[in-house]
Amino acid sequence: MVSPTTMAAVRASGAIPNAEYLLSAEGIRKEFPGVVALDDVEFKLKRGSVHALMGENGAGKSTLMKILAGIYTPDQGEVLLKGQKIRLQSPLDALENGIAMIHQELNLMPFMTVAENIWIRREPKNRFGFVDHGEMNRKTAALFKRLNITMDPETQVRDLSVANRQMVEIAKAVSYESDVLIMDEPTSALTEREVAHLFTIIRDLRSQGIGIVYITHKMNELFEIADEFSVFRDGKYIGTHASSDVTRDDIIRMMVGREITQMFPKEDVPIGDVVLSVKDLSLKGVFHDVSFDVRAGEILGIAGLVGSGRSNVAEAIFGVVPATSGTISIHGKEVDIDSPNTAIRHRMAFLTEDRKETGCLLILDILENMQIAVLQDRFVKGGFVSEGELAKVCEEMSRKLRVKTPNLSERIENLSGGNQQKVLIGRWLLTNPRILILDEPTRGIDVGAKAEIHRFVTELARDGVAVIMISSEMPEVLGMSDRVMVMHEGRVTGFLDRAEATQIKVMELAAQ
Amino acid sequence: MSTNSAAQAQAAAQKSARRLPPELNIFLVLIGIALVYEVLGWIFVGQSFLMNTQRLTIIILQVAVIGIIAVGVTQVIITGGIDLSSGSVVGMTAMFSASLAQASTWPRALYPSLTDLPVIVPLAVGIGVGLLAGIINGQLIARTKIPPFIATLGMMVSARGMSKWYTKGQPVSGLTEQFTFIGTGIWPVVIFLVVAVIFHIALRYTRYGKFTYAIGANVQAARVSGINVESHLVKVYAIAGALAGLAGVVTAARAQTAQAGMGVMYELDAIAATVIGGTSLAGGVGRITGTVIGTVILGVMTSGFTFLRVDAYYQEIVKGVIIVAAVVVDVYRQKKRKT
Repeated sequence: MVSPTTMAAVRASGAIPNAEYLLSAEGIRKEFPGVVALDDVEFKLKRGSVHALMGENGAGKSTLMKILAGIYTPDQGEVLLKGQKIRLQSPLDALENGIAMIHQELNLMPFMTVAENIWIRREPKNRFGFVDHGEMNRKTAALFKRLNITMDPETQVRDLSVANRQMVEIAKAVSYESDVLIMDEPTSALTEREVAHLFTIIRDLRSQGIGIVYITHKMNELFEIADEFSVFRDGKYIGTHASSDVTRDDIIRMMVGREITQMFPKEDVPIGDVVLSVKDLSLKGVFHDVSFDVRAGEILGIAGLVGSGRSNVAEAIFGVVPATSGTISIHGKEVDIDSPNTAIRHRMAFLTEDRKETGCLLILDILENMQIAVLQDRFVKGGFVSEGELAKVCEEMSRKLRVKTPNLSERIENLSGGNQQKVLIGRWLLTNPRILILDEPTRGIDVGAKAEIHRFVTELARDGVAVIMISSEMPEVLGMSDRVMVMHEGRVTGFLDRAEATQIKVMELAAQ
Repeated sequence: MSTNSAAQAQAAAQKSARRLPPELNIFLVLIGIALVYEVLGWIFVGQSFLMNTQRLTIIILQVAVIGIIAVGVTQVIITGGIDLSSGSVVGMTAMFSASLAQASTWPRALYPSLTDLPVIVPLAVGIGVGLLAGIINGQLIARTKIPPFIATLGMMVSARGMSKWYTKGQPVSGLTEQFTFIGTGIWPVVIFLVVAVIFHIALRYTRYGKFTYAIGANVQAARVSGINVESHLVKVYAIAGALAGLAGVVTAARAQTAQAGMGVMYELDAIAATVIGGTSLAGGVGRITGTVIGTVILGVMTSGFTFLRVDAYYQEIVKGVIIVAAVVVDVYRQKKRKT
């Protein structure tokens, strides 16, 4: 066993043992109270390669990643860094050994500059012991040049887009001269163009011999960027393959351990009258002149890049941020929706994009989360909540949606993303909506839960609900929608019928 | 079927295991503190701390006013807010209500033509003025979006100023017996407990309560779920204000006089009682039962120090330490439950 400090010293001396694998783990076991998160798991990262970790939520990939990054210590098993056994005690330990992690929630300080964020704890000092900002900015500029990033080192981080923050994180990791870079779903908030740039940088780093551990839910990214991938299921290691050797279906089969016969169970259902009609809706500076109709039983998909105004249109219709001009009519009658409260009274429902920020009441239990919207006008007598009746209805809903939980008094934060999403869908179904707006209904959700959610949406459409579904996942939009509306920079660029909608046509409209 | 019922039994066990602890833990702390005093009492003073009905009554009597305020403060803190104005509102409403509760036999009545009024008048004015202060707090927070800390800090300073300005600093005395009756004997405790029961029920079983927790847990999600967050916050702060007003009436009645300096630091005692009682300053978590126990803990602590003849200076030092310790323990407990 070599201590982290010795390894760091060895590293600094430049005498790196030339092992076959940059980083490997063997027989890793990690238990949490009540769950075995990882059981006899192995992992091997080659020099100069991108290695993807795949698996449903709860498969154990985040736990493994956290062990590799020094956040958790394994109960059993060994981590080998360049062939040497090592026991990482903290993320800082990992960083000093050349293992850097880029978290999904970016950990930058918003009120400090880009350069200050990158060199924090290692600021260059002048001879008086004060921080030498000039030198720090020069070093940052040099780093950015190497990575092909164009950004002013003196910008405050809070003024940066999510994509640029990600670039700063990557630059920071590279600045530690890291050999291993762990990326946790780095593209989840990026536009196509930003993803392309990110991939260029990743390829560049790979060619410099850096090993990259890449966690993703997106299958197409796997084929585009990963050299190898490892699949995990229920805390167990399933296998490692070269991504050129397999098909999409192979991977899904490995992940779920069963065949998914129908990814998108869209049915053709009779389409009824226009339920929601939006005319010339605008929100100054955000989106303009958006008009569309949605009919009973119809699923209208809204496609477009992140930042095209898709979510803003949904928020405007639901009264979260009301539009500045234009009209909204329900069943032919013009309505004034000034708040979500009014929208709910018109029997609308809105599953928001960000489960954590605008969906879950994280510290409350499932029951409390599920009942909160329906309490606006039902199950309340003289101010008192009809607890028994409501609990029964919620139990039934939770069974119908197959929420995996021992009981409804479990805190929602203890559920997986897919189950949280089901609870939130339940929250809205209880209100018996006739218009349902879904914003990224399956983001960050495992394949199994995803298919179930698609099935519920299909059933709702069959029951005559008018559905609007926003999604960044092209197969989802194409697979589920009767019609696709495409947006680009705050404007509607076109409508495509189910029959004519293809990935290419949608992209043409979305990226004009 | 048997597996099903087994699962249900397990679920029920989990449910009770998860539902019980918050108050139970605080209650054990209370028992613990009392027992420490009991033992120390026998060692140093040579008498029992607990076996003294009179002392126990005084303990609760002393904190009843803090308790009434704390019931309101608990609701505010559950929404994720804070109310620093309650102590000053106590002073202000004590002055306002007492000025309408003076007896005609008193030669220096503030309003000589408005003496011997029925007790309902000063009571209603006290609660009403408190309510008004609370509505102003709530409107400021809900409409202007300034932090509750700042809005209620402003009210704290202004309400204190109002109570001094009202009589130019003179105390208001010569109160009717009807009025002072509110503060005699066990009445303050009764008022405290009635208020506690009412709002315990309101928080647990009404829509008002569910919305209060939802706002504290995630204000954005609450808004998207159709809750009118602004008007709900006004309600919560208004209730807290009204309860501070009620506390002001009780304070004046108990002292049989009103002074501009009444209720100084009460807001902090009420916040301390709330936090000791397990309400999270982050919002979304907390119960009135916990606050009641927290209030009694404060009372026991103070009374125990006096009983042990601890110097008043030490009392404050130790009190501060205990308040922080209670929260530290709570934070650790939360962490443990999470993992």
